[in-house]
Amino acid sequence: MNKIWLIIQREYSSRVKKKSFLLVTFLVPLFFIGAYALLFFLTKDSFENKHAQVQVLDESGFVRDGLRNNSNVTFINAIGTSEQAKNHISTAKKETYLLIVPKDVLNSQRIELYSSTKASFTIQEIISNQIEGIIRNQALKSAGIDINLLETIRPHVSISARELTAEGEKDSSTGAAMGIAISLSIIIYVALFLYGTQVMRGIIEEKTNRIIEVVISSVKPFQLMIGKIIGIGLVGLTQFALWIVLTLGLSSVTGTLMSPANDHKQGTEHVDQAGVSAKIMDAMKTVDFTRIIGYFLVFFIGGYMLYSALFAAVGSAVDNETETQQFTFPIIMPLLFTYILSFGVLINDPNGTLAIWLSMIPFTSPVAMLVRIPFGVSDWQILLSIVFLVAGFVFTTWVASRIYRVGILMYGKKASFKEIFKWFRYRS
Amino acid sequence: MLTIKNIVKEYAAHRALDNVSMQVKKGSIFGLLGPNGAGKTSLIRIINQITAPDNGEVWFDGERLGPSHIHRIGYLPEERGLYKKMKIGEQMLYLAQLKGMSKQEAIQRCKYWFEKMEMTSWWGKKVEDLSKGMQQKVQFVATVLHRPDLIILDEPFSGFDPVNVNVIKEEILALNKDGATIIFSTHRMESVEELCDYIVLLNKSKKIMDGSVRDIRNTYRTNTYRIVYMHTDQAIKTNANLFIIDQQNTDGETGSLTVKVADGKTINEVLAFLIPQVTIQELKEVIPSIHDIFVQQVTSPSQHTLSNSLYE
Repeated sequence: MNKIWLIIQREYSSRVKKKSFLLVTFLVPLFFIGAYALLFFLTKDSFENKHAQVQVLDESGFVRDGLRNNSNVTFINAIGTSEQAKNHISTAKKETYLLIVPKDVLNSQRIELYSSTKASFTIQEIISNQIEGIIRNQALKSAGIDINLLETIRPHVSISARELTAEGEKDSSTGAAMGIAISLSIIIYVALFLYGTQVMRGIIEEKTNRIIEVVISSVKPFQLMIGKIIGIGLVGLTQFALWIVLTLGLSSVTGTLMSPANDHKQGTEHVDQAGVSAKIMDAMKTVDFTRIIGYFLVFFIGGYMLYSALFAAVGSAVDNETETQQFTFPIIMPLLFTYILSFGVLINDPNGTLAIWLSMIPFTSPVAMLVRIPFGVSDWQILLSIVFLVAGFVFTTWVASRIYRVGILMYGKKASFKEIFKWFRYRS
Repeated sequence: MLTIKNIVKEYAAHRALDNVSMQVKKGSIFGLLGPNGAGKTSLIRIINQITAPDNGEVWFDGERLGPSHIHRIGYLPEERGLYKKMKIGEQMLYLAQLKGMSKQEAIQRCKYWFEKMEMTSWWGKKVEDLSKGMQQKVQFVATVLHRPDLIILDEPFSGFDPVNVNVIKEEILALNKDGATIIFSTHRMESVEELCDYIVLLNKSKKIMDGSVRDIRNTYRTNTYRIVYMHTDQAIKTNANLFIIDQQNTDGETGSLTVKVADGKTINEVLAFLIPQVTIQELKEVIPSIHDIFVQQVTSPSQHTLSNSLYE
């Protein structure tokens, strides 16, 4: 036990002290926050600072009166003929547009927009939205429908989605659940694969460095294997913990930096923006993050123990990394299969037969169950899945340790599945 | 120190050790000799408890070999190496602690050995920054750091440069003098012949011979001598009742005779016969080396062509 502890310490500290570990740990959250901040500033820029003058040449006679200025666009009447106006635009220094509304716009529903620079998407949106409204009103008027009356008849039904469970009712939001389910699926798949491969690499390193025999003359092969698995697992947990702390810390810092800018936002576009983000925020509030993080850790640990044992067996069987391909692919298959399904069947039908089965089988449950959890899964199913997962990793660890103890002492023998099965059956 | 009784170890297709028994006396230098594939490494792995025998027993100092003996054995495997990215000092402490030493004690022992082997400046270096020769020294220190009572060296001198071989030979002899029992395992018998008190020869999974080096060689004495004399032009008279000449050479000033003394006669009688004829300069008994004995043992006429392939 004492020796396993020594091995865990070495595996852990030798990895945590590496520059690459620190780099990845600090850069990943910085990258995400940076990308978020960049997106924020870019969109802010396009909504706030964009201002354009639009000259309107209205041949239809009814459109110009309906156009309304806002923070982004000022409409003015074009001077002269369309040719003169076009000339004027081509020489304009500032961002200027020329909007030509043809006579038969009501029927053709086509307008022309010329610009001095590349036409901004926002401006196009504003113009087409406004003109659609004007044309619609015009069409309604000519059909003899009272617009004022129509305006008053605007039913708006809002759905308040509530989930009924044994604990009582609570807000449920499928959209947020889907987003979280997909993120969890990606994170756990990448994490299991990454840390599993690290275990495999570590073992190959010991084998190719020929230190293995020195070490196993002091400790049992099983102790070395399990010490390595636990040590690297702890590295993974440390990385997750640091990521969560750093992301929370950094986002609160960037949050306060951005909030003064938020107050200056004006205009209708902004209102829509705020409305969307408020909806997202509301939806996020319905998600119990501590519960999800808790289950994530449980299924990460279980899945990691299960898969890293198999990766350890592969590492022991080969002499170098290039040989690993033929063995890692079949191992990772069930996980990859579930990962791909998680973007379709699993999130669309999280309580379907396939989803339930996959979330019970230990080889697929780390991904499948985490995809299901944001949609709500009954406790007994989660518990059963965890029990199976624990049984699963006890089994794979047992199998792996039998292959490992023989494999690590085999040099220069090209391993095959048949050979490995033979090792498995050796008496110790 | 170590008693091995009727060990059998089988791998899928072949029997690596077939009913092998031997005894290693405390404080001795013991040679485990045999060609590659004879079963030496399999036996060593059993002693180190890396693998278990299918049959038979190993006793260590009067007790059945068990986990409590691990820290009393130091093992330098044939396939050896260190963690490349780890600092030498940390690595030594780690390996010593795995052998059951406390950290405090490990630091102390490390300092002692690093000073003795003139490698104190290597403490903070990584293995990949050291030369091959330096790594070999480190490896040796790692083997003996925890004061093992039994030191097992598998092909200890392969891959070591000649300077280091001497340094390490001396250290091994010093450790032996301080009471450690040494087991050498090698297929290059001549390299350890002069070091070993006692040897066991393994061939094709079986023990074919064991005993002290002197006893074994005495058993294989053929009563053959090499005589060097001042060259004369006169032909040397022979006496078939007394001796048979195996070989006769002349080399300018000196001539040499390899003679096999006839049964019941002694070398003194041969000399008495020769002294009137030539001036004797040198006399030496031709005793077969362990290597020769081994070849003689394993090479029956039908196997004769194979004998070369046993050695590479």
